[in-house]
Amino acid sequence: MALNAKSLNEEEYFYGHKACAGCGGSLAVRIALKVLGEKAVAVLPAGCMSAVGFNFPQLCFSNNAIISTFAGTASMLTGIEAGLRAQGITDFHAVGFAGDGGTADIGLQALSGAIDRNDNILYICYDNEAYMNTGIQKSSLTPFGAKTTTTPAGKNIHGNLRPKKNMFEIVAAHDIPYAATASVGYMNDFMNKLEKASRIQGTKYIHVIAPCPTGWGVETDSTVEIAKEVVDCGLWYLAEYENGGYTLNYKPKEFTDVREYLQKQGRFRHLSDNYIEIIKDSRDKKWEKINQNWRIK
Amino acid sequence: MKPYLRDKIPQSLSEIPDAPSYEAGYLVTKNAGWRNVRPVINLDKCVGCLQCYLYCPDGVIFKENGKVGIDYNFCKGCGICRKICKTGAIEMEAEK
Repeated sequence: MALNAKSLNEEEYFYGHKACAGCGGSLAVRIALKVLGEKAVAVLPAGCMSAVGFNFPQLCFSNNAIISTFAGTASMLTGIEAGLRAQGITDFHAVGFAGDGGTADIGLQALSGAIDRNDNILYICYDNEAYMNTGIQKSSLTPFGAKTTTTPAGKNIHGNLRPKKNMFEIVAAHDIPYAATASVGYMNDFMNKLEKASRIQGTKYIHVIAPCPTGWGVETDSTVEIAKEVVDCGLWYLAEYENGGYTLNYKPKEFTDVREYLQKQGRFRHLSDNYIEIIKDSRDKKWEKINQNWRIK
Repeated sequence: MKPYLRDKIPQSLSEIPDAPSYEAGYLVTKNAGWRNVRPVINLDKCVGCLQCYLYCPDGVIFKENGKVGIDYNFCKGCGICRKICKTGAIEMEAEK
């Protein structure tokens, strides 16, 4: 049976944490642990979720959870999986929660290595599109045009110059058993991908968009709404990769206005029309490829 | 097990474990003070669809008698629940 609000495990495993009000990352972690259950062993590198979850003696995880080195989320998952297996323990999920910086910049080689070995782990990237924990610095998953403290919007340079790294397809290119994209705005989709991943042997990767009200410049009550809108306007997509092929899980009938999505957010508010056009064009090019090459559900 | 508030807060060095690990789900402080508005549920309008429970980043909304309740010790007042509620059963009230 498909997971939904009614059938989801009632227990909370991530509670009392110190994340900002309306934090998308904490919502992703909370739901993931509810799906995986008490036997999940969580690994968190430096990043928001370790900063808000482990404030000694306040420990907000009630399952086993550990902080790894920034670069070593995937290698620590490998070690945990091997260690528990060596002890004859089988009923667990080694799950990592790394941010966009900890995944696409700093932890990329460890993740690549783990996928190469096909270790039986689940790696979740909660993507809030910058280094939010240290004060909103650009990561390689920051989208084009976004204002961060290291890509300020001024007279000559208008925020981030580079497009968002295509982490989902980089991971898929390893021929990983299962990779998926998700958004905290489409929770049923996310929950069911987690559930599916938990039943697959080998390395699994889920990339979930988790808006950060503080860094994105939106109201604290808009997290879910904006996470839905990024999918609806076509700048993000819900997809899966398995058995060597891509599947699009949800195709909006008609895209909502990109401009509206961008102008709701402080980090994009400086963008002039020609920049918005560039963003729209790159979206259309991406969707052309999706429509051509991916299976559409 | 849901992490819960404990009576004992380690104060001195000798109370802190030597190994770099500690009991899971050990809460010593509330988050209630972060809030300047609080969500209040109108149970007459609530239909128990559980969307507020599902989308709460802090997990403070719980099932209760077919509807929902809020743990005000840990609610930060972000307002996601109010926006997600289709029946308009949640209002944000100023904290006094």
